[in-house]
Amino acid sequence: MKRAIAALPVLIVLVFGAFFLWGLNPDRDPNAIPSVLISQPAPEFDLPAVEGVGVPGLSRDNLFGNSDPVVVNVFASWCVPCRAEHAVLTRMVERDGVRLFGINYKDKPEDARGWLEKLGNPYERIGSDLNGRAGIEWGISGVPETFIVAGDGTVLYRYVGPVVGAEAEEKFATALAQARTRNGANS
Amino acid sequence: MFPEIGQFALALALGTALVQSVLPMLGASRGNVLWMRCARSSSIAQLVFIGIAFAALMQAFVVSDFTVANVVENSHSLKPMLYKIAGTWGSHEGSLLLWVLILAAFGAGVALFGSNIPDALKARTLSVQAWISTGFLSFLLLTSNPFERVFPPPLDGNDLNPLLQDVGLAMHPPLLYFGYVGFSIVFSFAVAALIEGRIDAAWARWVRPWTLAAWMSLTAGIALGSWWAYYELGWGGWWFWDPVENVSFMPWLLGTALLHSAIVTEKRDAFKSWTILLAILTFSLSLLGTFIVRSGLLTSVHAFAVDPERGLYILGLLGISIGGSLTLYAWRAPAMEGGGLFAPVSREAGLLINNLLLATATGTVLFGTLYPLFMEALTGDKVSVGPPFFNATFIPMMLPLVVVMGIGPFLSWKRADLKGVFQRLRFIALLAGLAALATWYVARGGPALAYLSVAITVWLLFATLREWAVRIRLFDVPLAETIRRARNLPRAAHGMTLAHAGLAVAMFGFIGSSAWKSEEIVFVQPGSVIEIAGFDVRFDGVERVRGPNYIADRGTLAVSREGEFVTTLYPERRSYPVAQSTTTESAIRSTLAGDLYASLAEPASETAADTGAWTLRILYEPLVNLIWIGSTMLILGGGMSLSDRRLRVGVPRRASRSGPVATPAE
Repeated sequence: MKRAIAALPVLIVLVFGAFFLWGLNPDRDPNAIPSVLISQPAPEFDLPAVEGVGVPGLSRDNLFGNSDPVVVNVFASWCVPCRAEHAVLTRMVERDGVRLFGINYKDKPEDARGWLEKLGNPYERIGSDLNGRAGIEWGISGVPETFIVAGDGTVLYRYVGPVVGAEAEEKFATALAQARTRNGANS
Repeated sequence: MFPEIGQFALALALGTALVQSVLPMLGASRGNVLWMRCARSSSIAQLVFIGIAFAALMQAFVVSDFTVANVVENSHSLKPMLYKIAGTWGSHEGSLLLWVLILAAFGAGVALFGSNIPDALKARTLSVQAWISTGFLSFLLLTSNPFERVFPPPLDGNDLNPLLQDVGLAMHPPLLYFGYVGFSIVFSFAVAALIEGRIDAAWARWVRPWTLAAWMSLTAGIALGSWWAYYELGWGGWWFWDPVENVSFMPWLLGTALLHSAIVTEKRDAFKSWTILLAILTFSLSLLGTFIVRSGLLTSVHAFAVDPERGLYILGLLGISIGGSLTLYAWRAPAMEGGGLFAPVSREAGLLINNLLLATATGTVLFGTLYPLFMEALTGDKVSVGPPFFNATFIPMMLPLVVVMGIGPFLSWKRADLKGVFQRLRFIALLAGLAALATWYVARGGPALAYLSVAITVWLLFATLREWAVRIRLFDVPLAETIRRARNLPRAAHGMTLAHAGLAVAMFGFIGSSAWKSEEIVFVQPGSVIEIAGFDVRFDGVERVRGPNYIADRGTLAVSREGEFVTTLYPERRSYPVAQSTTTESAIRSTLAGDLYASLAEPASETAADTGAWTLRILYEPLVNLIWIGSTMLILGGGMSLSDRRLRVGVPRRASRSGPVATPAE
């Protein structure tokens, strides 16, 4: 018995060592956050419009059968970075003609309305995700997050955090351009 | 030429370590005194050689010798001198060189100052130390040579990561390493004792000063690192349960357990195999820390240069040292005789609870840190374990520990009178309850756990002070008599009081800044006013300023309270063109009551320059400075204990045995 207890530490260490050996695999990148949605069809969701904003709600069906890739942006009026991102999104819509859909995440309709009235509304459709259910379906880790969805409803790209600053915008623009060429090739 | 000298010196150190690995060990088993004593000179020689190598690398950094690859990658001619010097250990190679330098320093320390240790034990200990040294020196020379040259040399360097250009950080790795590596000598002592097959009270006394020294450095290193994250990184917090933080915290927890269990081994000849196991595991966790940090095994906010091949080499070293020592333990430990018996209520039992809780807490932190790896290996899922897990598991284990900490010093060895102790501590329990109520009256709100923690912390602080007062019979006898008693009290006893009180002080800081912290993240334009914790903070705009190797956007914030001007804060965002990165310099108004902390985040949009709109983060962290004050007290307490007469070298033991930490309170 005493022997068995004394041997316990070394056994535990061996198990740990096996895991470490596995973890050292050079192909493994512990920092990569996988998104289950990439190259998958958009998840099931159906959201009503935000009252009084004047654009319709958003559901999965709206993401299918588009001629161009669309951008789905998860935002909230309580989220400070979203405010910074708003200007970038507006510019994308106005200058580059991007089709932008919004998911208003866990936000009171009156707050969202005030926010959009003050800053302007670049969104073609906005779904009100009051209880965060659609957020779970999309697997978001926070707000804001922005997805690029191909015309056939396939999720192509996910950007976590605000698309603000030259580097982030560059990255996003590249992904969008790639999505457009892919769409062209498919149709 | 100097880099070549450095490399040559490293090779010589490796040769010396190889000799030291074999000869003294053989000498000890054959009783050859000459072979045993060669460990002394070889330990010192190792230190000298590695010291030369370190100096050579430092010289290359100081003169910005861009023919050395390491200097090119981590320095820049425009960098301030202090950071050029700190650049020596800012890289992977340099920090490993520092690692082996400290390893050699502890070996040489035992060789020079361990005159009271028997020859055989000393020879074996130094041999084991040389095994570790051989492993890491060969790692350095074979996979990460710090002296590699580049040709043709570039005109200038790539700059040290600007985040690392801070005085706190220049000191953080050396101290942390001193702690990490300091436990190596304790490990060597433990392995030597296992080989020898004999552990007694004397062994525990020889090991104690080295354990204390390592523990103090580790405490300082962790405190400094957390201070750095708080002040420099603009994270607005002092602990994040990040894997790299956890790996430095685990050896600290277990090292703390070791300090306490070694007391039992020293005084009562008990807990022997447990103390040995703790000594091995503490250093194993230090090695694990080096491995995790250097291999990129886990996701961490600490970005280090990562190379799987190096990771494999360290894993091999880890396997040999940890696996080997624990196999030895499994083989030898069962034969060790258990020492003095004790009743369920006694100081031994108190320290046993301390050890069990600390070891369980270490296990929990280890499990939480490695859980994402286990999950990924077994199921392929990527998960992250964050503060909620650690707060929910770690805190409930620490609170009972702190309660026992208040009682423990009152207990006598072998059998204690718990009823008597409670009678003594009645008023303090009452005081603790009142303190929680008073906190509720002032703060209103905050989690219930915070009030419980306040009560427990007050309990610890006053129980500790009470115990000290009882010993020197404060107010019981004339003041002169009290002073005489205080002077006669062993320094280890004063040290314990100071360290335990320090923990209580630091705990006030932990509680205040986690339970009653206020935070605002807002969008501001010149003229905006933010209200937080009774302060009015007015944003006056941002201007561009130029530093030696950076350009900064500096915000101006006028802080007032109830209409009266308090101070002006200047948070900055610095961008370093050479290293191509940006850092946040928070501005802090620091008082004992709390810190008002402002940091400037991204411009609100790309048009910020025109409209002057910025994102601003403002925090109020009550009592946060008590964390650093308490940590300082912990370190000083350790130092005082270290200077205790019984641990000093060459001081004859006094005839009248005034039992140190051990003496029960009357």
